[in-house]
Amino acid sequence: MSTQASPPSTSGVKLQMDHVRKTFERDGKSISVLEDINLDVRNGEFICLVGPSGCGKSTMLNVMGGFLSPTSGSVAIDGETVQGPDPRRILVFQERGVFPWLTVEGNIGFGLSKLSDAERKQRTAHYVQLVRLQGFEHSYPSDLSGGMKQRLQVARALAVNPDILYLDEPFGALDSVTRFIMRGELLRIWQTERRTIIFVTHDIDEAVQLADRVVVLSSRPAKIQDVLTIDIEHPRNLSSPRYLELRDQLAQKIGLAYSV
Amino acid sequence: MSTLRKPATWEKFFWPILAAALLLAIWHYSVIWTATKVFPSPLSVEKGLVELAHKHVLWADIIDSLRRVAIGFGLAAIVGIPFGLALGWFPSLHQIFNPVLQLLRPISPIAWIPVAIIFFGIGDKPATFLVFLGAFFPIVVACASGVSTVPSVYRRAGRNFGLSPAQILVRVVFPAALPQILIGLRIALGIAWLVVVAGEMIAVDSGLGFLVIDSRNSGKRYDLVVAAMLIIGVIGLALDLLFRQIEKIRSVRWGFRS
Amino acid sequence: MNWLARLRPVAFIAVLLIIWQVAIDRHPGQLLPGPWQTLRGIGDLLQHGLLFKYIVASLFRVTWGFLLAAVIAIPLGLTIGWYSRAEMAFNPLVQIFRPISPLAWIPIAILWFGVGDLSSIFLIFIGCFFSLLLTAMSAVHNIPDVYIDVGRNFGLSTPNFIYRVLYPAVAPQLIVGLRITLGIAWLVVVAAEMIAVNSGLGFLIVDARNAGNRYDLVVAAMVIIGIIGLLLDLAMRSLEQVKSFRWGFPEN
Repeated sequence: MSTQASPPSTSGVKLQMDHVRKTFERDGKSISVLEDINLDVRNGEFICLVGPSGCGKSTMLNVMGGFLSPTSGSVAIDGETVQGPDPRRILVFQERGVFPWLTVEGNIGFGLSKLSDAERKQRTAHYVQLVRLQGFEHSYPSDLSGGMKQRLQVARALAVNPDILYLDEPFGALDSVTRFIMRGELLRIWQTERRTIIFVTHDIDEAVQLADRVVVLSSRPAKIQDVLTIDIEHPRNLSSPRYLELRDQLAQKIGLAYSV
Repeated sequence: MSTLRKPATWEKFFWPILAAALLLAIWHYSVIWTATKVFPSPLSVEKGLVELAHKHVLWADIIDSLRRVAIGFGLAAIVGIPFGLALGWFPSLHQIFNPVLQLLRPISPIAWIPVAIIFFGIGDKPATFLVFLGAFFPIVVACASGVSTVPSVYRRAGRNFGLSPAQILVRVVFPAALPQILIGLRIALGIAWLVVVAGEMIAVDSGLGFLVIDSRNSGKRYDLVVAAMLIIGVIGLALDLLFRQIEKIRSVRWGFRS
Repeated sequence: MNWLARLRPVAFIAVLLIIWQVAIDRHPGQLLPGPWQTLRGIGDLLQHGLLFKYIVASLFRVTWGFLLAAVIAIPLGLTIGWYSRAEMAFNPLVQIFRPISPLAWIPIAILWFGVGDLSSIFLIFIGCFFSLLLTAMSAVHNIPDVYIDVGRNFGLSTPNFIYRVLYPAVAPQLIVGLRITLGIAWLVVVAAEMIAVNSGLGFLIVDARNAGNRYDLVVAAMVIIGIIGLLLDLAMRSLEQVKSFRWGFPEN
């Protein structure tokens, strides 16, 4: 893994944010949420966005995904400016993302209507396997646990073969044990079918465990305060000195206290 | 809720039977005690029920009432569901139509009888029109509300997967709103049943409502009046229970609390 | 863009009125009035002092029937909802009586109360009673268990519990139920007055038609009924805005 803070902006750059600013109008006042964001993400990278609550991480993700347009500046993917949501870059939500009226199969097949029946069945079966939901193909989300629902969302997202996967605190609503397991699952899936992943979290352990690079955002209006490169190979030993060192660095950058 | 121990299954039958028996007893004895000449006792109502069942008029009346409900409710659903969905989907449409709807809604369908008779003459049609009016508003409101309260997560996901607005409406918004739409339909059906009975008491000469008023007018047959009322209640309940079965279908069950 | 939001419905109503007037003009000699005629009909009623007299009569009956039903049905419903055995006992009976239109009670009402105010109040009472009973029962079911546990945990006596936990917890739902039931009462009073009494807005409709085919008064009465019904609804909605009830409603 590269040890540079920001990779060269030519080769292998998947997503580019150029002087992105985002302001919202509310009650006649302008609220600046994102201020001068510049970021290059390489193809196949796993990026985590961390920052204090409410700093604008989700807004940034939505701008990257095309759900919001920047007030100024631009977002480009493969050189093309982002105009709106697109199946080539799928967003996974924290909660209530899966459609409750469709079965597991129905959800995964949701974006696959353009395929033939046979192809769709095959693709669906593959992703059911990948996220380990075999046996639940005909179950409804109301029968699934929180972790299983999130896995379902990931499967649905991956089934349409996107280039980029955005995850907005996807494990935030889960208990800590499940969260831990889900991180492992996500890494396993990422290593099997490599895509560019941009993952928002407020959990610094999560960020250091998952990311190639961690982008630290300041509180609102958000600027990129720092970019930390995690140069540990997977699987990462959580007691290794390097891990603890990076974790402490990250904690410091965010300004967290050293002991409780 | 209460802190007493959980009731056993046999109690599910015991208590209602006890309550009904108590009610019947109070009824029976107050009839005797007040020595009323007119108000029927439970026994005479039971005889009245048998009498009605044997006279074929009862079945014709039931069919008449049900037919008017079916047509009126059906029309209200056919017109009201798309209209309500449109109101929920396009805020500008909602702005345009809502004030007029709010003004028309508090007018009892029964108050429309004179106007309905002018338009439709006498007989089945005005009664069906009243049922339509009664069912229309709750259906429209439920559909509009169902659509506008679909969580934005679902719509965003639809856009994300490259669906056109029309596709989002059909494949995301409609299934998401379906539980609320069904509730609105069930409530509208209940209202339709109330309206048809009321309408038949004034504007037509067949149906269960007519049976109620006619039994009194031609002979003060209060036993038949109460018998007819009970039949009205039971059929209304049956309609409601039937509809609730639809709510159990798996692809909408998620929207209802167990 | 706020003015546009106000303009659209007004423009639409104006268009409807125009269509209405044109439709009437093209069919001379038929009975239904156009908007102008209706307005003059309202003026007529005002002049003869009938308008307010009838409005008051209808409101009077609604108020009595509604309040009586509220006073009886709400405590009863809360109790039945609370004790599962009581609910098991009474729910089937309620479910059978509920689908019976209040108007179907007219023969019994006239038998017990004669023709006049009392029987129409009774009909309104019936209509409101079941609606409020079921609302109260449902409101009790919807109290989050956690509130009850907290009440028990703090060792509240029963009257205290009712006053400090039960009532505030059910109040928002009850208010909504009261608003809906008021709407029902307004529907029932008009229908009841068309059959069983001789004053009020419902009576006005039948009377205007029977005594001379005054359809302008019929439609005028319908318009007034709509307006008052709407005003009643808006008044109840403003009650929902009262701060201490607002916790039960989502932030707007």
